[in-house]
Amino acid sequence: MKSRIVGSAFAAALIIFAGYAALYIAPEEATMHEIQRIFYFHVSAWVATFTAFTIVFVSNVAYLTTRSQRWDSLGVSAAEVGVACCSIGLITGPLWAKPVWGIWWTWDARLTTTFIMWVMYICYLMLRGLLEDPRHRATLSSVFGIFAFLDVPLVYMSNRLWRTQHPQPVFFGGPNSGINPTMAKVFLLCMVAVLVVMIPVLLDRYRLECMRCEMEELRQEIELRSLDAQSRPVKEAL
Amino acid sequence: MSTARAAAILLGKELRLEFRTRELLNATIVFAIVVEVLFSFAFNPTPAESRHYGPGLLWIAFLFSASLMLHPSFAREQSNDTLDALRMAPVSSFSILLGKMLANFVFLTLAEVVLVPVFAVLYDVSLAGIVGRLVLVLVLGTIGVIVTGTVFSAISAHARMRELLLPLLMLPILAPLLIAAVESTSALFSQQPYLDQTWVAFLAGFDVVFFTASWLLCDFLMEE
Repeated sequence: MKSRIVGSAFAAALIIFAGYAALYIAPEEATMHEIQRIFYFHVSAWVATFTAFTIVFVSNVAYLTTRSQRWDSLGVSAAEVGVACCSIGLITGPLWAKPVWGIWWTWDARLTTTFIMWVMYICYLMLRGLLEDPRHRATLSSVFGIFAFLDVPLVYMSNRLWRTQHPQPVFFGGPNSGINPTMAKVFLLCMVAVLVVMIPVLLDRYRLECMRCEMEELRQEIELRSLDAQSRPVKEAL
Repeated sequence: MSTARAAAILLGKELRLEFRTRELLNATIVFAIVVEVLFSFAFNPTPAESRHYGPGLLWIAFLFSASLMLHPSFAREQSNDTLDALRMAPVSSFSILLGKMLANFVFLTLAEVVLVPVFAVLYDVSLAGIVGRLVLVLVLGTIGVIVTGTVFSAISAHARMRELLLPLLMLPILAPLLIAAVESTSALFSQQPYLDQTWVAFLAGFDVVFFTASWLLCDFLMEE
């Protein structure tokens, strides 16, 4: 308990410092000026989203191979965290795009992929809500999760072939790419900070899900026993 | 029993069941025609515009029809618990899924056979000279829709609100297929028709990826 409080306090301090660094320490970008600062969190949210959805995929595969309820709990926790991070990315993106591109939204490869991914994982969570039997829920949602994850590169490829408007990769993007060293440090700090916030949230959600499963099992056992108790007099009478 | 033989028997059963009443097929075709007609009211397209937007309309109509049509595929088995009987039969779970996929493929293809000429007449699109290539695109697209749709029909059959859930699961995943199918159909409907090999290859790749995935995961779909 104590370590969790310390951990949360550390994560909170780190994310506040990262916010400060993004706003005040990082130098101003030459063409986009202040608005570029949203990138420090936009890109970090995107990294967190991909980490979370990869965890969902790994837990889906691991659930189907091991049949351990814990993997299923990890899968749903990561999906929820991923959808939250993806929402942050989808909100900060248009906020940046409006002044720079002049439009809130465009159907470019990365935007479309992220949007479809967001919808698919919301559907994953909805599917889980609509499947009542816990075993069916875990198995079938894992199959859907694997299909959704396989679809992500296909969505990206199809849109890449179709039309794209995103900036060329800034990192490793050719001879003229690369950024100011201070900017790079702030970027790294923000990414680490977002991941440091994401992981405890994910773990807490995972613990909650494990407790829920345990409670569900206990409730079923109580129901079975009370049914048994009701039927005992009948059995004795027979 | 070999997988192919079991799938063929199941295909026969599905076809027999459907052609006794033809309810599903009739409803699907009428629905798709209604979509095509509504499009004309909503956009009032000129012949040039309908060549431009037609492929999109055609594939949207197919996707919507499929999402309606695929729902009973597994849900129909639930009313009399006949899926349990299928599971107890000495056949692999993949052959059950394959039999369903083949039957759904036949149904959607039949719907397309009616819809494409109706579309060509209503929107003045000439099909002369492109039939062979159009069939290739339609078959590849239909396989992709049916493979993912049948798997999701098996998934949603266990859920509450399953009629609503199936399109929700299916349509976002089919987004890349829709783009590829529409682009390759557009290339065929253009003034100088050609087969866009990139998109056709993409369609084939989509089919292979999801067919392999459903083959690998079918045991989990069929378990009780």
